[in-house]
Amino acid sequence: MAKPVETVETPAAEGHGKQTWPLWEVFVRSSRGLSHVHAGSLHAPDAEMAVRNARDLYTRRNEGVSLWVVPASAIVASDPDAKDEFFESPKGKDYRHATYYTKSEGVKHL
Amino acid sequence: MSGESATRITPGNAFRPEDVAAQVAQGLEVSEDVAEYALRLGDDALILAQRLGWWISRAPELEEDIALGNIALDEIGHARSFLTYAGAAWGKSEDDLAYFRGEDGFRSSFLVEQPNGDFGKTIARQLVISVYQHELYSRLVDSADATLAAIAAKALKEVDYHRDHARQWALRLGDGTEESNRRIAAGLVSVWPYVDQLFQDDELIERLGGVAVRPSELREPFDAYIAAVLAEAGLEVPQVPHAMTDKSRRRHSEHLGYLLAEMQVLAREHPGATW
Repeated sequence: MAKPVETVETPAAEGHGKQTWPLWEVFVRSSRGLSHVHAGSLHAPDAEMAVRNARDLYTRRNEGVSLWVVPASAIVASDPDAKDEFFESPKGKDYRHATYYTKSEGVKHL
Repeated sequence: MSGESATRITPGNAFRPEDVAAQVAQGLEVSEDVAEYALRLGDDALILAQRLGWWISRAPELEEDIALGNIALDEIGHARSFLTYAGAAWGKSEDDLAYFRGEDGFRSSFLVEQPNGDFGKTIARQLVISVYQHELYSRLVDSADATLAAIAAKALKEVDYHRDHARQWALRLGDGTEESNRRIAAGLVSVWPYVDQLFQDDELIERLGGVAVRPSELREPFDAYIAAVLAEAGLEVPQVPHAMTDKSRRRHSEHLGYLLAEMQVLAREHPGATW
């Protein structure tokens, strides 16, 4: 069901005997945020350059105080074709939400 | 470039060209000698930025387009501050100095005027200029001139990144393929004749005393840093004679005239144009 994200080959590089840089996914933590949020992707020859490119591409306008880069090939994603089976289950199971429950009598401070 | 003061968008207290302009507007006095020194620093930054800007849309990868573009914009920022400050001595704006001086009015070094060549040569030039600027600005922060010190403090953080960028690429090209090693080695040989000029003292430096950084003092730390990077990259420090240059920076390489023609044509064709 799950399959790794494939590295995208740029069309221009095909057939020119040129090696393409691998794709990296970039996560930025903003000064006000607690977690790193996916910002986009980029190409870089290796991890060190990926962090630098991420700095240039995704923190130009003071967006971040911390960066993560992850090889896109290391990300395992759910299969978009199997979306229905995969995400259908919670539907109709309202009891998984706190709002489903009514307040019991005599419970204070709720 | 513009004399208009932009609204401050980013937080913090980074010292901007507009802040220099505000000081000048309040009647800050600048001596001829200090202005001449600021011109040297500003012109190196300006000409380098113009050279680097050429790479936008032409770098090996999109990401590198942006990296070189960012570095060029940082240098433009430094140039704006230095030229605004220098211009105060003659009642001229940064734009007057950037666009309406002829070749003999510029004080740039031969190194920054050198054509980009291939990516290997550009990285070789970047390595030399960024290591030099880093040594220079890290001392200029202690200048007896408060404005020069403030500009240097802002520039130093940015040049620190430029130096890292050049170092990372020098390591990868030097230690990459046979072809990449050949190209950066050739680039180093072609820029090396112009290294010497950066470290020459002259009468102006003597007169300025504690205001200026003595260029000759920077040579030793420069050599040490470069030697370490090149050794790690599997490259050698070129052994080539230095070119005939000019320590007062009044004479220029044959490349500057063409660069200025391109850089200045719009401003001269349409003086005062804005968009």
